[in-house]
Amino acid sequence: MPAVQETVEQVRSIDVDQYKYGFVTDIESEKAPKGLSEDIVRFISAKKSEPEWMLAWRLDAYRRWLTMKEPTWARVDYPSIDYQDLYYYAAPKTKAAPKSLDEIDPEILKTYEKLGIPLREQELLAGVVREEGSDTGGSRVAVDAVFDSVSVATTFKAELAKAGVIFCPISEALRDHPDLVRKYLGTVVPTSDNYFATLNSAVFSDGSFVYVPEGVRCPMELSTYFRINEQKTGQFERTLIIADKGSYVSYLEGCTAPRRDENQLHAAVVELIVLDDAEIKYSTVQNWYPGDAEGKGGIFNFVTKRGDCRGKNAKISWTQVETGSAITWKYPSCILRGDNSRGEFYSIAISNGRQQVDSGTKMIHLGRNTSSRIISKGIAAGRSQNTYRGLVSAHARATGTRNFTNCDSLLIGPHCGAHTVPYIEAKNSSTVFEHEATTSKISDEMLFYCRQRGMSAEEATALVVNGFVKDVLQQLPMEFAVEAQKLIAISLEGSVG
Amino acid sequence: MIPLLQIKNLHVEVGGRKILNGLDLVVDKGKVHAIMGPNGAGKSTLSYVLAGKPGYEVTDGEVLFDGEDVLAMEPDARAARGLFLAFQYPMEIPGVATLTFLRTAFNAQRKKRGEPELSVPDLMKRVREIAAKLDINPEMLRRPLNVGFSGGEKKRNETLQMALLEPRLCVLDETDSGLDIDALKVVADGVNRLRSPERGFVVITHYQRLLNHIVPDVVHVLAAGRVVRTGGKELALELEATGYAQYQAEAA
Amino acid sequence: MNAEVRLLKTGAELALADTFVAAKPTLPGNGDVAAWREAAFERFALAGLPHRRIEEWKYTDLRALLRDAKPLASPPDASAKKRAAAAGRLPSDVASRRLVFVDGSFVAELSDLAGLEPGLSVRSMAQALADGDPLAATYFGRVFPVRDAAVDVNAALMGDGALIHIAAGVVIERPLHLVFATVADKPAAIFMRSLVVVEKGARVALIESHQGAAGIDYQVNTALELVVDDEASVDHVKIVNEGTGALHVASLMATLGARAKFNDFTFATGGAVVRNQLFLRFAGEGTTADIRGVNLLTGRQHVDTTLVADHAVGGCQARELFKSVLDGEARGVFQGKITVRPGAQKTDAKMMSRALLLSEGAEASHKPELEIFADDVQCGHGATTGALDGDLKFYLMARGIPAREAEALLIQAFVGEAVEAIGDEALRNALLDTAAGWLTSRG
Repeated sequence: MPAVQETVEQVRSIDVDQYKYGFVTDIESEKAPKGLSEDIVRFISAKKSEPEWMLAWRLDAYRRWLTMKEPTWARVDYPSIDYQDLYYYAAPKTKAAPKSLDEIDPEILKTYEKLGIPLREQELLAGVVREEGSDTGGSRVAVDAVFDSVSVATTFKAELAKAGVIFCPISEALRDHPDLVRKYLGTVVPTSDNYFATLNSAVFSDGSFVYVPEGVRCPMELSTYFRINEQKTGQFERTLIIADKGSYVSYLEGCTAPRRDENQLHAAVVELIVLDDAEIKYSTVQNWYPGDAEGKGGIFNFVTKRGDCRGKNAKISWTQVETGSAITWKYPSCILRGDNSRGEFYSIAISNGRQQVDSGTKMIHLGRNTSSRIISKGIAAGRSQNTYRGLVSAHARATGTRNFTNCDSLLIGPHCGAHTVPYIEAKNSSTVFEHEATTSKISDEMLFYCRQRGMSAEEATALVVNGFVKDVLQQLPMEFAVEAQKLIAISLEGSVG
Repeated sequence: MIPLLQIKNLHVEVGGRKILNGLDLVVDKGKVHAIMGPNGAGKSTLSYVLAGKPGYEVTDGEVLFDGEDVLAMEPDARAARGLFLAFQYPMEIPGVATLTFLRTAFNAQRKKRGEPELSVPDLMKRVREIAAKLDINPEMLRRPLNVGFSGGEKKRNETLQMALLEPRLCVLDETDSGLDIDALKVVADGVNRLRSPERGFVVITHYQRLLNHIVPDVVHVLAAGRVVRTGGKELALELEATGYAQYQAEAA
Repeated sequence: MNAEVRLLKTGAELALADTFVAAKPTLPGNGDVAAWREAAFERFALAGLPHRRIEEWKYTDLRALLRDAKPLASPPDASAKKRAAAAGRLPSDVASRRLVFVDGSFVAELSDLAGLEPGLSVRSMAQALADGDPLAATYFGRVFPVRDAAVDVNAALMGDGALIHIAAGVVIERPLHLVFATVADKPAAIFMRSLVVVEKGARVALIESHQGAAGIDYQVNTALELVVDDEASVDHVKIVNEGTGALHVASLMATLGARAKFNDFTFATGGAVVRNQLFLRFAGEGTTADIRGVNLLTGRQHVDTTLVADHAVGGCQARELFKSVLDGEARGVFQGKITVRPGAQKTDAKMMSRALLLSEGAEASHKPELEIFADDVQCGHGATTGALDGDLKFYLMARGIPAREAEALLIQAFVGEAVEAIGDEALRNALLDTAAGWLTSRG
């Protein structure tokens, strides 16, 4: 029987329910009553002891949200979300602000262990401080773990503080650096931006705040893990990263969630601000629960991520490996305001089972001699739908704009779909745009060649897929490229014979 | 002693067209068999059927490799049993470094056979040794497999894979096509180094030239999907002088 | 419920509604055709004119651009026919058979209907609808049904057009040239729809040219339904040379059978606002299609090419290539969607659009889309935007060629790649000459 036909037979019997991270931590959690109302917004703000202006900001967003309608334009199809049937706040019950990691609920720490968070980070979470020079090499990683709605621990704060870098939960930043937060919050993604961003502005519970002062190269990679545990909660984290003049920071976001039968909502907002000669590298490895083979359950990932290259020579680089989520809707974008600023977007989006991914980027060229680069690799398997949606635009005054875009899609099996929807708009004549896209499958010849050398159909597919996504994997910080590779292999398990 | 390869009355169709019409062939280990014939005779079809390429329908006959029915096996299972096909047109695999490809294939076969896998340093050592003998620049091992390689480089790569994987039956599909005399010599030397009492070769070629370098024990003429003549190595020289015309007439 | 005015708000929309109500009794075709018109207008009435929030019209907001809907053009009188006599003249070596339409009506005396080749039938669509012609009844409005407001308005208000039939196996050597001339001296609206059916194994070349007086803001909404049966071969060249104030909205709806050949070329230099829509369905395996276009725009022209290639079955090869040269403050838009339906395996589809921006004020937007539901396919697209290659231009100037001429050479090379696909050599040269003329007039 031809190998392709066999593959197809086996696709039909995939067990997408092999989600490795599908377990629940049994801890007590403190929840606000279900539903969303002004009282809930006040409740959240009060729980975090936020300043008055923050509450006013939230309420403003909430009232605006009530007037807005959910967007329906993306190529995704989902059952309507009952916003009153969710908990908007859930935090593991614990004493007031832990002073050390010993006070963290051991169940929570066990959760991170099960998640396979790199050993180094496990040790960090457990409070083991390495001696100078005993590292196995590579940079150390400061980890802020967000468990449901609250940041559980942030490590390496002291060392970062020495460099002047602020890395803490946003709730803490509101207490300790309120002026900084107020200056930048909502300036890249205003509360009016879109339905989910507005909702997030009203009920965001936590997220990371990073400030890197002038001329400082952040001494380590900053990392955050998110995990949604509670049933029927929405995760609304809000991240704000500011790179002051001449600074550099690399930030990594990783996410997993347990399996559930009801869908869970993840509506995050990430704002990046880069001033003159500074750079932010933002990497995401996302592995939210994708739903089962029938498309039941799974995370709805609706995220607004935007970076503002405010200064000249500013640079933002978004790298994402998306393998989870039942529904994904996210377009990490760059506003290239400063002259000579640069935006980059590297993406691997894999969909299997009945996942739906509609993701891409927007590069808005406003300044002079700005450039952007987009490399997007989509892999669709099972009965999934995988769409790249991108906008590259050069404003009339954005002379000397350059963009290169390459979107490739790989289809595994005849029941999925891969789509490319690029918008390319040039409003001045010194712009140079180059866009190319291809869609195909792994050729039978290539598969046969690998199999003749001894690889099974699955091994051959994994090998070729790795080659296909190589350009993007290379952009990830070393620690996470390996994890991402494993994740890719796992998410394609069962898609080929 | 069971022959290494036994092909009995093999009939094969491709896209509804009959290509092999009752092909018989027996190859003992330690021997080199050459298969020559005019274009369209079914030479490449034979090599693909042995390797298990999809799209080739066996309508009758059997193929036994070490006495085992090979036609029922998947391509990678046949490979793990020790069957190697040197492709006439080796594939390019973007983004996959040659070394990565070699390691994946090598260990995949080992795993299937229940043998221990080789560590990266050990494997690299082996690969370098073989590469040096084939005049392959180690830089090439880092480049994506066959991407941008010349014809000669691709064929030397095939020979490297063969030497690394140590198959028991090597099927060379027109290995000489597209090679100049120097590349041909390097490849032929590589093949000859692999000759052993435990190993058998099926060398498929249109031209006699290759057989000056890889001297066969047996020569078969394949015409219209069947073996129409079998002889010693002199048969190759005879064919060079007379051409295939008489066999095409016979087979018709 | 009277759907005609439910959601219509703008002056143009309301005027169109009035026009329809007034024209209905005299528009050709009763029974099914009349009902079809009614249904089409109802659909339009519910949606209104397309605007930028409609995805397919994102870059051409017709609701905003259409300030008013002009009254329907009157049938041409003698002087109008006289003015149209010279319209659309191609160089003498393009030995075509002319079918002339003036202000939306077929004019037999200006057309060449003598000695029709056996197997070729040509008649006025208005006459055919009035007679209840069976061919029209079979295909009219059914070739590639689309949900589109412009197509709906055309269906409702179309007056005349060409009804052409080529019998099976017949090869028509002499190209058919449909000349659409607008000579009305006052702004008017013209709605036309033609139907061309090419039966199995037949072959024909169609030229379609649109022209009108400069400075008058007339409005043309034209449609062509084309059936290319199995093993048939059709070459279609469309020349848009409308007047400088004109609105031109054109829809080509084509269905291709198996093992057929279809070559399509659009050459647009005229019109103030132009929307060329091509809806192409691959309904049979083994077909090859080559779709190309060249737009040469200046001033404040706005030309939007929107193409949908629907691979309903597999095994076809499609190539699309569009080149736009934009000067002045012109706006070029290219939207090209390749759809490969589930099961349409072995589809080989490649699309390329290139925009050359010659001036600061010019703008180009591309939206090449891929919607792929089958895996064993080879699909791709490319899009580029840029100015003339500075190095190349310098090279030419260093060899003594003045700047403007160097640019002209480079632009001709840019445009040439698309034009060279035209089968008819004489026609090809005629278009290259037009391009050269456009370049000289840049000054």
